[in-house]
Amino acid sequence: MMLLSLKNISKTYPGVKALAGVDFDLAKGEVHALVGENGAGKSTLMRILAGAETRDEGEIFLEGTRVEIPSPLKAQELGISMIFQEFNLIPYLSVAENIFLGRPPVKGLFKLVDWKTMRARARYLLEQLRIELEVTDAIENLSVAQQQMIAIARALSLRSRILIMDEPSATLTQFELENLFTLIRRLKGQGLGIVYISHRLEEVFRIADRVTVLRDAQRIGSHLISQINRHILIREMVGRELTEEYPYQCREKGPTVLIVQNLTSGTKLTDISFTLYRNEILGLTGLVGAGKTELARAIFGDLPRERGEIIFNGKRVTIRSPAEAIRLGIGLVPEDRKRQGLLLGMKVRENISLADLYQLTRLGIINLVQERSEARKYIDYLKIKTPSTEQLIKNLSGGTQQKVALAKWLFTRCRLLILDEPTRGIDIGGKIEIYHLLNGLVDQGIGIIMISSELPEILGMCDRILVMSRGRLAGELSHDEATQEQIMYYAAGRGLN
Amino acid sequence: MFEKYGIILALALEIIIFSLLSENFFTADNLLNVTNQATFIAIIAVGMTFVIISAGIDLSVGSVFALVGIITAGVLTLDITPLWLRLPLALLAGLAVGLCAGLFSGLMISRFNVAPFIATLAMMTICRGLASLSPPIFGHGLKIQSTISGLPGAFGAIGKGHILGIPAPVIVMVVVYVIGGVVLHQSRLGRYTYAIGGNEEAARLSGIDVRRVKLLVYILCGGLTALSGIILASKMGVGDPKVGVLYELDAIAAVVIGGTTLMGGRGSMLGTFIGAMIIQVLYNGLNLVGVSSFLQKVIIGIVILAAVLIDQIKKKT
Repeated sequence: MMLLSLKNISKTYPGVKALAGVDFDLAKGEVHALVGENGAGKSTLMRILAGAETRDEGEIFLEGTRVEIPSPLKAQELGISMIFQEFNLIPYLSVAENIFLGRPPVKGLFKLVDWKTMRARARYLLEQLRIELEVTDAIENLSVAQQQMIAIARALSLRSRILIMDEPSATLTQFELENLFTLIRRLKGQGLGIVYISHRLEEVFRIADRVTVLRDAQRIGSHLISQINRHILIREMVGRELTEEYPYQCREKGPTVLIVQNLTSGTKLTDISFTLYRNEILGLTGLVGAGKTELARAIFGDLPRERGEIIFNGKRVTIRSPAEAIRLGIGLVPEDRKRQGLLLGMKVRENISLADLYQLTRLGIINLVQERSEARKYIDYLKIKTPSTEQLIKNLSGGTQQKVALAKWLFTRCRLLILDEPTRGIDIGGKIEIYHLLNGLVDQGIGIIMISSELPEILGMCDRILVMSRGRLAGELSHDEATQEQIMYYAAGRGLN
Repeated sequence: MFEKYGIILALALEIIIFSLLSENFFTADNLLNVTNQATFIAIIAVGMTFVIISAGIDLSVGSVFALVGIITAGVLTLDITPLWLRLPLALLAGLAVGLCAGLFSGLMISRFNVAPFIATLAMMTICRGLASLSPPIFGHGLKIQSTISGLPGAFGAIGKGHILGIPAPVIVMVVVYVIGGVVLHQSRLGRYTYAIGGNEEAARLSGIDVRRVKLLVYILCGGLTALSGIILASKMGVGDPKVGVLYELDAIAAVVIGGTTLMGGRGSMLGTFIGAMIIQVLYNGLNLVGVSSFLQKVIIGIVILAAVLIDQIKKKT
């Protein structure tokens, strides 16, 4: 008997069919991957299972018994836990307090917190999971990967039988990912059922036993991982044959766009020098904390620099603020779309024009007619899937949001665009579209720096690759000579003396 | 539809109920009177709308309102030659007081990262104190806390005058709302205000000078508060350091009833206007029906809660 089966689940939001009669099941000790493009219905399905959303139709069975899951609390009682991308931990509290948040062991007449028991139980739990952490450490002092472990430990302390992991690898380094996989295998051994949602198919093939593909609110198919290959899986996800995953174009190197010399900023960036040419995509990679984002911020005027020079389009420039960078023709698509890149509560039109409203204003008043027509122009050009220029950003999918972020910088007519993790959390179809758009921008003569920690993407799309390590530039590789091993060698700092 | 017009329906409903309860309510005189009374809070609420959409708050407006009245009235009683210079000087002085108060709060908030609640709370007590301390400066044997009277008749035109039968303050208010609405919804400053209230970091990374925008919204709020304070002094014919107590809360209530969230990033000028009218109609109607002022306060509180609750429920569905 299956640990869990969802039968014929349907859900309609106003104007959108999110799920149309979807079946899904999960066995004990199984890792079942759920894949599909953004908007295919993965998160809606899992939110229904976790009690965060109600279904319109369908039935849920736990070990053969029909159950209702009207709230997250009920899901918890039934042993279903979801590990969200943000782990819902309280940063100032300790590991033990977070694990037993809301239900600490108590003692005595006044039901005071029994700290000793709490710590002992937390310690026991961590030992079982072989997580080497002090239970008195504050969450804020832990790395993202460690926080994720604690979130998992909390789920297990609730005696969960089903663990739903939503994009667990998004912010992990290669090494941390291996640890996560080891933990998942151990949990499998204990008989837990795990739903693993990810856009990264390499991971799906490594960790999953079965995979289910959703597309356009429907289940397209479920396969044993041993009986399917990457090619077929991608075809099922996007619903058509994809020519290439990485549409790399070899181009003639043009004149220089940007020269950075001896850029230094505190302890974050040390002595960085490089050149960006027209007609190329320059990749920038390295481990988490290597200084990639800081370098982007320093060029964009958002991180004060102590030393060093920037020569942009042949002129020496001082950039003290993002406003100055934008005026010079530099754009930055930040790594966190939702917190840094876009205004979720504002309209598509307002987001596109925000970085260069001067184009549309006379005497401080915005020409709304012109703004609408400009927005429409970019919606057509980038094929942004939005019902209108007036749609709020928060109602769009991740890939579509990223296209709006691109539109925003194209509207400023920038000559240099820095993209920080431009495809994070975006599905395969969306990624390929973004790659094609980047190629298009290069053809227009815009200099592109692409920051990414996804090596296949860096190897696949970039003409040259810069590898950073501990705030320094550790190595440079050309498209033809670069390999994953070489990048890792530099990233570990072994290229530095 | 309900999203946009729900609050207008609420005002209409309120007017219908009071019309049924009191025959003196739905008369041209009374309606004009209500609107006239609403102007003080309504004009302040325009500035408050900008501040709250930028994710800030301004608690100082009630005290600034009083201080502006005192300074304006005080300058009007000075012996200045030529005599005609008194009026423009007094108006400038009053306006300057409001702008400076806004500038000061704005600087504290934007340059020194003081929380808006604290910066304007400090400004609130400072201005209230200054309003009480100021009268002796203007001589004539004035003492601390005394009101300043004997203002020239021409000054009264601002608060008591009529144009085509419509009270001058109402006309000023309409003009302020039209300009305020255009600035909020159609100007660069308005767009930037929404942007920094919605997400300050994203706004900064879009090249918006966040500090400058914050500074400007507090200056704007101070300036409009000054305008409101001048109108009151003109209408009453005195400068009184005790006026405007708790006006900040009425102004905030008008903005919130109008659908602007204290979280920032969302709201509208029309909403604020309707919000201010809902409050004033409520005071007026309850007075006519003979409800005690204490019970009025309870009812206003319930209305504020109801407005925010309805807003929350709308957001969920």
